[in-house]
Amino acid sequence: MNIIICIKQVPDTAEVRINPETNTLIREGVPSIINPYDMHAIEAGLQIKEKTGGKVTVITMGPPQAESALRDAISMGVDQGVLLTDRAFAGSDTWATSYTLAKAVEKLGADMVICGKQAIDGDTAQVGPEMAEFLNIPHIAYVRRIEAIEADSIRVQRLMDEGYDIVESSLPVLLTIVKEINEPRLPSLKGKMAAKKAEIRKWSFSDLGADAEKIGLKGSPTQVKNIFAPEAKKDRKMLEGALEEQVGALVKELGSLKCV
Amino acid sequence: MRIEVTTDKCSGCESCIDSCPYTAIVMKEGKAYINEYCQLCRACLGVCPEGAIKEVLEEGESPALRESRIEDYSGVWIFAEQRGGRVASVAFELLGAGRRLADERRSELSAVLLGGSEAEAQELVRWGADRVYLCSDAIYEHFNDEPYAEMLSLLIKEHRPEIVLAGATPIGRSFFPRVAAKLWTGLTADCTSLEIDKETGNLLQVRPAFGGNIMATILCPHNRPQMATVRPRVMKRGRYDEEKKGAVIRVDAQGLSSRTRVIQTIKEVSEIAVNLQEVDVIVSGGRGLGDAKGFKLLEELAEVLGGAVGASRAAVDEGWVPYSHQVGQTGKTVCPRMYIACGISGAVQHLVGMQSSDIIIAINKNPDAPIFNVATYGIVGDVYEIVPMLIKKIKEAKG
Repeated sequence: MNIIICIKQVPDTAEVRINPETNTLIREGVPSIINPYDMHAIEAGLQIKEKTGGKVTVITMGPPQAESALRDAISMGVDQGVLLTDRAFAGSDTWATSYTLAKAVEKLGADMVICGKQAIDGDTAQVGPEMAEFLNIPHIAYVRRIEAIEADSIRVQRLMDEGYDIVESSLPVLLTIVKEINEPRLPSLKGKMAAKKAEIRKWSFSDLGADAEKIGLKGSPTQVKNIFAPEAKKDRKMLEGALEEQVGALVKELGSLKCV
Repeated sequence: MRIEVTTDKCSGCESCIDSCPYTAIVMKEGKAYINEYCQLCRACLGVCPEGAIKEVLEEGESPALRESRIEDYSGVWIFAEQRGGRVASVAFELLGAGRRLADERRSELSAVLLGGSEAEAQELVRWGADRVYLCSDAIYEHFNDEPYAEMLSLLIKEHRPEIVLAGATPIGRSFFPRVAAKLWTGLTADCTSLEIDKETGNLLQVRPAFGGNIMATILCPHNRPQMATVRPRVMKRGRYDEEKKGAVIRVDAQGLSSRTRVIQTIKEVSEIAVNLQEVDVIVSGGRGLGDAKGFKLLEELAEVLGGAVGASRAAVDEGWVPYSHQVGQTGKTVCPRMYIACGISGAVQHLVGMQSSDIIIAINKNPDAPIFNVATYGIVGDVYEIVPMLIKKIKEAKG
C-alpha cells in the first residue's frame, strides 16, 4: 500500500502572543515543530504499513527550512520525504495549498493519504478535505480509529458531535486524524541515522505540472486584511473591601440583575 | 506579488520585526530584510514609520480569478445541518446572523436542508429564512461528504448566492472545504464575527488564529460566494415569527452517489456535555483548585444556582474531572447567562470558549490573571474561602 502523509511545520503556537498595548506579536524564541496532529497522522501511516506492507512517504510545502520536519518524520520510520518549495507557492491560502499538495500526491500516486485534522497555527481543518476534492477521491474527517483495512476498502470510526459513526470507504481515500487515534512513537536510533542520511527530494512549481493560475497568491481566494489582539471586556468591575463585603456586594449585584 | 523593504528608506528602527507572525523579517546590516518565511499575509504593511515596506505586483499579475462577475451574485445562504432528521440548533443561530447580513445587503435569506422534513423546513422559515431548498432523498439519511458537497455546489452554481454559511461542526467543517474547492472560492473557518464592509460590500470575516492568541480579519474580495463556518453558540438566534411565510423548494438528488457509507451511528454523548451548552449558569474550575475535591465545592455552588459544572483544560488534564466538562478551544464553546471561573487563570484557549457569556465572574488568587480581563466582576482571593461564603449568601438571598 502506498501511503502519503501530509505534514506542516508550525510555530509552537502556545507561545505566540500579542502585546495588547502595541498590538504586535511577541514570539521571542518560538520554536518550529511538526504540527502535533500530524504526528498522529505519521503514527497512523506507520501502523498501517506494519500491517499491510508498502511505503510511507511524507510531504510538506514550505520554505527550505521545512526540510527538518521531513527529517524528523523519517527518524520515526517514514521511508522518504518530499519538500515542495518555491517562491511561487508563497502566499498560498488553504485553496492553493491543497491544490499544490494534491498535484504532488498525484505525481507520487497513493492508495491512502493521511493528514492531521488541522494545523495549530491556522486551525482551519480545510486542507485535507479540499485535497480530496482536487484528487477526486472520497475523504473521511476526524478519524479516531481504524477498524479494518482490505485491499480496496477501509472501515473507520469518525468522531461526530454526539458520538461517532462507523464509516466505510473505497480506496484510494484521504483521512484526517484526531489525537485519540494513537500515541506517536519516539524516533529510534536507527531512524535518526536514516534521517541524517536521507535524500530529501525537492520539487518546485515546474516539477508539479500545476496550473500557474492556481498556485500561490494568484490561486488564493482569501486574503488576510489585518490581525489584532483578542478584545478585553470594557465594563469589568473589580470588587473591593474585605472578602465578606465583596461577596455580599456581588450577590447584591447579581440579585439586581435577576441572576440569583 | 511580493513584499519588499525599500532599503534606502529603512531607518533600522526594527518596529516591523514584531509585526510578522512568521518570523520573516530580520535585520541585516542595520536594515530590515524579508526572508523566505514570508507568507505574504500583509501584517507588516503600514507598520513602518518611514513607509519603507510595500507590496510589489509582478508584471501582468492580477489577483482577480473569478469565473463570472461578482455583481451576478446576490443573497445570503445558510446550510441547515440536520442530525437524525432534526435541524441542529447552530442552523437557527446562522439564520440570526444571515438575516442581519441579508437585510444589510437588501437581499434574501435562504436555507439549504438536506435530509429533513417539510415541517423542519417551515421551522427554518419561522426563524428567518425567506426560502428553503429541501431535499428529502434517502441518500441524506446519514452524513456522507460527497453527496452533500455535490448538491450544495450544484445549487450554488445555479442560484449564485454571494454569502454561504455553515456551522463549524464535524459535518460543516468536513464537507464545506470540498464545496469551496469545487467552486474555486474562499472559505474562512470558525468565524466569531461577520460584518459587511460598508465601502466595498465584502464580508469581513473575523476568526481566531494561532490557538486563539491572535484574531485575523479575512476577506474573499474577488471570488464568490464568500464562504464561512461559524462555531455553535457564537451567533445569537434571530426573532421567531410564527406567522412568517416562505417558499419551500423541493430539489432531487438524482444521479448523486457516495463512495463512503455510514454503517452505524453510535451516540455516546454525556448528559453533562449537552447540559453545558444549554444551562443558564456554569461554575467552572481550573488548576487553582489544587485537587479534585475542589470540584465538590463547585458542584454545591452550581446546585444552588441551578447550573452545571465546567472545567479548564488544566483541570481535565490533571484528571480531576472528565473531558465532557471541558470548556475552551479544544472543549465546548458555551454562552450561559452567568459563568463563574474559579481558580482559572484564563489562557486564551479557555477564553475563546466562554467569553461571550453574558456575565462573567472571576475568582482567582492572582490579581494579574488574564481571566480578570474578560470578567464582569472580579474577586481576588482564595476559592476555598470565597465560594463557601458565596453559597451561604446566595442561600440567604433566596430566603
